[in-house]
Amino acid sequence: MQIYLPIAELPVNMLLVLALGAAVGFISGLFGVGGGFLMTPLLIFIGIPPAVVVATQGPQIAASSLTGSLLYWRRKALDFRLAAVLIAGGIVGTLLGVMFFNQMRRIGQLETVIAVSYVVLLGSIGTLIFIESSRALARSRGGKVEAGRRAGRHQWYEGLPFKMRFQRSGLYISIIPLLAISVFIGFVGAVLGIGGGFILVPALIYIFRVPSNVVVGTSLFQILFTMIAATLLHSVSSHAVDMFLALLLIIGGVFGAQFGARIGTKLRSEVFRLLLAILILAVAARFAADIVTQPVEAFSATATETAR
Amino acid sequence: MIARCLFGVLALMFAGLAAQAQTGTLITSLSRDLVLIQSNFTGETIALFGTYSAPPATNAGYDVVVTVRGPRGAVTVRRKQQWGPFWFNLDSRRYIAIPSFIAVLSNRDIAAIASAEVREDLRIGIAPLIPAQTAARGNDPEFRASLQRIRENEGLFFEDEEGVKLISPTVFQARIELPGIAPLGKYDVDVALFQAGAVVASQALSFMVTKSGTEQIIARASYIYPLSYGIITSLMALFFGWLASVIFRRD
Repeated sequence: MQIYLPIAELPVNMLLVLALGAAVGFISGLFGVGGGFLMTPLLIFIGIPPAVVVATQGPQIAASSLTGSLLYWRRKALDFRLAAVLIAGGIVGTLLGVMFFNQMRRIGQLETVIAVSYVVLLGSIGTLIFIESSRALARSRGGKVEAGRRAGRHQWYEGLPFKMRFQRSGLYISIIPLLAISVFIGFVGAVLGIGGGFILVPALIYIFRVPSNVVVGTSLFQILFTMIAATLLHSVSSHAVDMFLALLLIIGGVFGAQFGARIGTKLRSEVFRLLLAILILAVAARFAADIVTQPVEAFSATATETAR
Repeated sequence: MIARCLFGVLALMFAGLAAQAQTGTLITSLSRDLVLIQSNFTGETIALFGTYSAPPATNAGYDVVVTVRGPRGAVTVRRKQQWGPFWFNLDSRRYIAIPSFIAVLSNRDIAAIASAEVREDLRIGIAPLIPAQTAARGNDPEFRASLQRIRENEGLFFEDEEGVKLISPTVFQARIELPGIAPLGKYDVDVALFQAGAVVASQALSFMVTKSGTEQIIARASYIYPLSYGIITSLMALFFGWLASVIFRRD
């Protein structure tokens, strides 16, 4: 069953897009990540213009992160104060990201930027999670207890000026590094069509030592706002947000995520972090292969202006 | 009214006869001049009908070539090149006024209909329709050939030597198959009638491909009211996100 996408200007198989939404939604529910890093390459692969894909990820991720945020809000596992700081930085980053995105699109290097960024980001984050989770797995096999957070030990960046108290997370740290990381995540989110949860969650846990019970909820809440900002900014600047495509992805994703979340609760956390790492590394390897192997078709043609 | 129509047709025929007194009159018509894209659009076939009334002496047999060109625009062709271990888009050429769609339909192989010089001259065939000039950095035949190859693989440029059917000695029909990815805009249709390798009659027609209904409303809104469009899209996303949390609420 085909449906014509009004902004992408091509027909797509509706069931295929719904299935993609459901499959990625399943994985995102399973691992508690947004799944943008899977969805963007898949949609580009089925022939939808990269600009439309990235811009349309905004509403899709906003929908799934709202569902997640509401769940964590009900469980009171959400630090609004921390989220507010992250949102402020995230929106600034999104603005910069959309500007960069349009500039790269103009000079024709958008696809290269997307591919290289995926390799670097997914490769490094995937490796980090892989090392950490396999260590944790080895430790739990060995029966050793993980060393908890020690009181009184602080990193240099926590002592920078503009300190703020985050009661829900039990932190008293400078907002400068928090803003820096959220600007960065807003930026890459807008450029790559991802929410950035897979960067933000490890960053909050390992760099800022935010308690793990509030991390996911807070991260989702931040992503919700940056993705709404991304949707609005992409709509205004590149006109590339496809409402039909977004709707199909959201509907597929909603159902997939629920089933993923149900199965996710049955997996051990170290095991699923390891699986997530493998998945992330696989996507990175796919992009890396694209960049380093000689292309079958070295040429590409892009219509830049068409008189209508 | 009927009299006026009849007068119009007669006037047209006489005008045609006057212009091509030696050969005959070519009258062509498209089954539609407007292709509306709705949400179920996956491509469309437009039929072209033509009649040719040639004087008996020259009515020996003729060939028909129908050329369909989509809206023209600038195209940037990029080439990936090796840079260290990586392959990046490092070289590019910008072509201006490249048709976004080219279909060359004929009743037999166009090489048999007219010589290469005639085809080049009259712009019959895909290659002659792709201007060689680039906006800067000089010509490179490889880029132009690649542009043609890429568009052919996408199904946007094609030649079909069975696209025109000669139904009777004076009537022919052509089928213009527009793919689902057909670019939007004005399409020019040129009908050329050949006898013994030379054009004896020709006619130009056109049709429009445009979005309609919901497709048109959405596409227009995204350009004319982009902020409202973004807000509505966001609200839609939030509504579904909220709905999901209500439907699947377990606690």
